[in-house]
Amino acid sequence: MSDDIRALSAQLAQDPQSLVFLRLGEALRRKGQLDQALRVAMNGLERHPHLADAHDLYARVLTDKHDYERAFDEWDMAVRIAPNHTGALKGLAFLYFKVGDIAQAEAHLERARKVEPGDPSIDQAFEMIRGGGKAPAAPSPPSAAASPAAPAPAAGSLDEARVFAGLDGGSNEGLLLVDGAGRVLGGALRDGGGGDVTDTVAAYLAGVSLEAARTAKLLGLGAWNGLSAEGQHGNVHLAHPTSDALLLVVRERGMPLGRLTILAQRATAMARRWLEKET
Amino acid sequence: MSKALDLITRVRGVRGAMLVSAEDGLVVAEQLMEGIKGSAVAALAASLAGKLRRAMEAAGTGTSVFWHLQADQGALLVVPASGEGGILVVAVAEPDVNIGLVRLELLRAAEAVV
Repeated sequence: MSDDIRALSAQLAQDPQSLVFLRLGEALRRKGQLDQALRVAMNGLERHPHLADAHDLYARVLTDKHDYERAFDEWDMAVRIAPNHTGALKGLAFLYFKVGDIAQAEAHLERARKVEPGDPSIDQAFEMIRGGGKAPAAPSPPSAAASPAAPAPAAGSLDEARVFAGLDGGSNEGLLLVDGAGRVLGGALRDGGGGDVTDTVAAYLAGVSLEAARTAKLLGLGAWNGLSAEGQHGNVHLAHPTSDALLLVVRERGMPLGRLTILAQRATAMARRWLEKET
Repeated sequence: MSKALDLITRVRGVRGAMLVSAEDGLVVAEQLMEGIKGSAVAALAASLAGKLRRAMEAAGTGTSVFWHLQADQGALLVVPASGEGGILVVAVAEPDVNIGLVRLELLRAAEAVV
């Protein structure tokens, strides 16, 4: 244990109500002692549930642990408590960037810039977003506070052609399997004009999934199992075969939602088996 | 508006129905059972609707005319009543609700409020 962490731990032990947990949690996080940092952040949050900095610290640790869904909730809460909290705004911008929602990422950075116009990390983040395009593989966070480790490796070596073999004619078209960061694991999608929209849709899916989970959780509906939607020109079903993967099934408007749901359940089971086998 | 929501909440298993501004996630009208936070439902439904719309447009299916979030302990069902920036007709239901029936009532309500 380093001296600074030892000293901060002693201070916190002397006065558990003090805000020194913020510095201790951050110090532990920077040292990569994430489990200890998480405990400190959670204990601090229990004592100071209306402190935006406590939610911000917790979110940073969660981000380092790749728990982006909960990190989003915490940064979101921090901004509700303190709308001008630049750390939380930059954190949210980073998570939106990560799922490919560039417009939201820019909007949050713009809000942060209005609060701290001289912060060079915001300009750097803007440059990265505008230069990097969609869904980066391992972006450095726009916030100096948020420094997630690189995401899990992409499954490029997997035999993606076999994911949905035998399902609905054996075609991968209209079926898309992505990881939690919006990277394609298998399948492909084309729009009405025949253009390949696989990567674009994959980038959006993580955002939809994040929001679906958040909605179900905050409304007390428990864990979400699926999302079905009828569109003007086609129907879709979104499910998660594993906690880290998302599956999208897209079919023509003529396929009723009930049948689409059955097809999606079969595809989900196949994707789950494939993921268990290949990873 | 109240009559339109009546038809939805009459369906067995529906715990509440609301009209929500899609643009800002604010409640326009509501009929909810006790314990359901209308403002939270409105904000979350509008946010999810926006994200889903972008994903569906990218996938070439056009904007959604009905969507349904299934969860362990319930469901959220939504029909956008009009185009972008319009009204969402929203129902919160038990997990074993008759989805087809709620969908029909939501579509009827959507026609009534346009």
